[in-house]
Amino acid sequence: MTTNSPVTETATDERRTTDGVRVIQDHQHTVEIVSDSGEGAQKCGQIFGAVSAKMGNGVWTVEIIPAEIQPPARSPAGASGNRIRIGTEEVTNWGDRTNVCVAFNEQVLVARHRLDGLESDATLLVENMWKDHRDEDIRAEWAAAMEELSGGGYRIVEVPMEEQCLTVVDDARKGKNMFALGMLCWIFDRDLDLAKEQVAHAFRKKSEAVYDKNVKLLELGYSWADEHLEVRVNVPTKHSAEGMVVMNGNQAIAFGAVAAGMELCAMYPITPATSVSHQLGEIFHKFGGVVHQAEDEIAAAGVAIGASYSGKVAFTITSGPGLALKTEFLGLAIMTEIPLVVVDVQRGGPSTGLPTKVEQSDLLATIFGQPGDAPHVVMAPATIEECFHAIVTARRIAETFRTVVVVLTDANLATGVQPFPRPMLDAAWMGARPDMSPVPEGKRPYEWDPNTGLSQRFIPGQPGGMHTLTGLAHDEDSHVAYASAINQRSSTMRSRKLAVLQSTLQPPKVNGPDSGDLLVVGWGSTRGAIEEAVENARAEGLAVSSVHIRFLSPLEPGLKEIFQRFRKVMTVEINYSDDPGEPFITDENRRRGQLAWLLRASTLVDVDCWTRVLGEPLRPGVIQDVIRTHMPEGGAA
Amino acid sequence: MSSHSCSLLFPVEEDHEYSMSDYEGVQARWCPGCGDHSVLTAAQRLLAAEQLKPEETVFVSGIGCSSRFPHYVNSYGFHGLHGRALPVATGVKLNRPDLHVFVVMGDGDCTSIGAAHWLHATRYNVDMVALMLDNNIYGLTKMQTSPTTPQGYKSNTQPLGSYLPALNPIETTLGVTNASFVAQTAEWMPAHLYATLEAAYRHKGFAFVRILQRCPVFTGDLYQDAVRNPDMIEMLEHPDGIEVPDLHQIYKNVARHDPRNMEAAREMAEKTDLIRVGVFFRDESRPRYEETRHLPLHSTDEKIEILNDELDKYAV
Repeated sequence: MTTNSPVTETATDERRTTDGVRVIQDHQHTVEIVSDSGEGAQKCGQIFGAVSAKMGNGVWTVEIIPAEIQPPARSPAGASGNRIRIGTEEVTNWGDRTNVCVAFNEQVLVARHRLDGLESDATLLVENMWKDHRDEDIRAEWAAAMEELSGGGYRIVEVPMEEQCLTVVDDARKGKNMFALGMLCWIFDRDLDLAKEQVAHAFRKKSEAVYDKNVKLLELGYSWADEHLEVRVNVPTKHSAEGMVVMNGNQAIAFGAVAAGMELCAMYPITPATSVSHQLGEIFHKFGGVVHQAEDEIAAAGVAIGASYSGKVAFTITSGPGLALKTEFLGLAIMTEIPLVVVDVQRGGPSTGLPTKVEQSDLLATIFGQPGDAPHVVMAPATIEECFHAIVTARRIAETFRTVVVVLTDANLATGVQPFPRPMLDAAWMGARPDMSPVPEGKRPYEWDPNTGLSQRFIPGQPGGMHTLTGLAHDEDSHVAYASAINQRSSTMRSRKLAVLQSTLQPPKVNGPDSGDLLVVGWGSTRGAIEEAVENARAEGLAVSSVHIRFLSPLEPGLKEIFQRFRKVMTVEINYSDDPGEPFITDENRRRGQLAWLLRASTLVDVDCWTRVLGEPLRPGVIQDVIRTHMPEGGAA
Repeated sequence: MSSHSCSLLFPVEEDHEYSMSDYEGVQARWCPGCGDHSVLTAAQRLLAAEQLKPEETVFVSGIGCSSRFPHYVNSYGFHGLHGRALPVATGVKLNRPDLHVFVVMGDGDCTSIGAAHWLHATRYNVDMVALMLDNNIYGLTKMQTSPTTPQGYKSNTQPLGSYLPALNPIETTLGVTNASFVAQTAEWMPAHLYATLEAAYRHKGFAFVRILQRCPVFTGDLYQDAVRNPDMIEMLEHPDGIEVPDLHQIYKNVARHDPRNMEAAREMAEKTDLIRVGVFFRDESRPRYEETRHLPLHSTDEKIEILNDELDKYAV
């Protein structure tokens, strides 16, 4: 499960069973459940994804979330739900378009159609209660939507979900999701017992009666589909010998934090980071850990810093706007060399931006956001599994180098659900309690090693270590010092630590041949989509490879050497850049993707970029098109 | 860390008696005549009287003249950000409830840029002493109006005089749910200042003390009358608060005030006829956040076992 094999769209195959049901054979398929907000489509999708993972399919789940709590009913903007891509092999991204879509009304379905989210031969299962609704306007909307959809070539199946669900519950709004789950379980031949187990887990905080009702609805959906549907899909499963766990990136961060020995998470609610604290809130107390919900983002950073300063292993979580507020405190932690781990789950920006949508626009702000020279570490996990392990690594680096480590994830990782090899927990990750033995006389609080800039920190309670830590320029004794030589020297020492860290890192692995015409460079959650696109492009005969960067500050070593083996290098990112050829845009004034900016500055290679800020993860098919149009001219190298 | 083996070289000095000079940090660099000097002396006297180990004592401050305080005390010190001393101190206490934590803030620090933290720290009621050294002006940045600058008082940012009535920090703190100790004192009344600090330190909970403080450079005239005329001052006394009988000869206005009586406390905080010093409110029965949130630590092996159980729920 460590590498993803190329996914081609030609591997489908069909056969018929004896009762005339057509079975589509496919090694990967994408399913969506969309509804108005609050109708439970997300829960349906999550359970379907979990069941598929447990059966041995590769799975990638992504939420479709409206930014409002209660958007108007039956509106395209209010489409809410889940998209699940399942495959025989590991699935590393959300794919391109949907093959099967269950919609609780025709408006949310139209929304997916307009966003180019549906495959041209997709099967659409749509609630038909709106067709003959007593409200004339609704009937008209239904007719118009069906007209619009009829141009798409889809296979549309009208399903009497409301009517069916009312045989079990009084309020069908509270039950359709389980009915839909039942239909999907029939279509994809899912194990119903596993589905019931997951339903039990999803409703574990509710009563037995609630569980029973939901199971009845699930079975009803299954039998309705068995009677009425004519197409099933078989995505072969493959049991992994390795133990696997399935969760989203925010849950992985929460579990990673526990595995890393974190004891305090100080936070303030902000989308899409908050659910890390929800997960921690459920389990952290069992480990003696505390989630401190502070009065604001600034205080969350301050409490984490105060705790870390006094020897606790603490971290804080946030997203873009919160990171902006924490900026001053991060500068203080860097200046005073207090270890601190910060998780920034990126969302669309600037300002409040797109709270629930993915973007990779915080990179430069994260690295360079502090006024003054404030060198610190920035790393970006690329998969949900890496979200878990990144926290362990981040803690180790923060303590060893007495600095701030920012872990950049994003909304795609935060809400994407994927199975990954179960981490083999290691006691060493949890670290030892801080050494509180007396500080030898003459030892100084910032006794920087002249080569590495590293020094030992003294922790309150430690005899003989008394000093006053200050954000002002200070000398080895932590005394306020305005002398120019000291400021130059302390700046050098803080900066040197990054170079030392870099010397311990490996150059990134090239995905594909290590030389060629085009090298695509990415970072963060786009890895799966980029690698799928690159592998498919290579299958087309293009000499393209890719590299994915985990350490952004310091950058991983050896990049320039890798870049020089390709005729052209470009980044693919989810942040804004000017497209060449647009009005007023020249090669000199063009604002480039954030990683491209960084790579150009550090390697002096003319790194090109292609970026989009569409509020959705990149689609591998789109990246493949970009690769085709960005191949350097003049044939193979 | 390399200091594992040093305990033999540095025997534990259980019998060591600390004197005031043991708490001296670097030489204080406040202006001559600055009220901060007398607060520093009172604090060092308290540390010695209570025999607090320097390594178990932490002074946390923000930014401003008074926030230089930790540098002048031999203890652990944290001279952090403007307005943000309280979250840092909260973090320290959440981890180490056993440490003695003192927070030193100025009026701009506490009631302006850090006002949100002041309000919430009062509600958290974490066991620490919070000193607000109120000179009614921004001194370090050279005379700008602060929230506690009296209305009409001229400054560099409001040369025509402060436009609004001054914020009343005692009234404000008393208005916060779960406040547990609210007191006021003045740096020119050393005996009273000391008695107040002592009561604040001994209080279990968040002890907020506003210290009226003269800035000889920018607000030297503000308390001139009060310093010269003790009749402008009223001492609030009670066995459950503080009593300073030595001062009765000078300060004739002594009112008995039960610090359990919130209603009376608010009434007195609101009055402006006299300057009232003493403990306005004190209630040790209020919940303390660090106690509420305190959990036993587990061994690494236990943690790994529990974590494996939790991961089982997500196993495929």
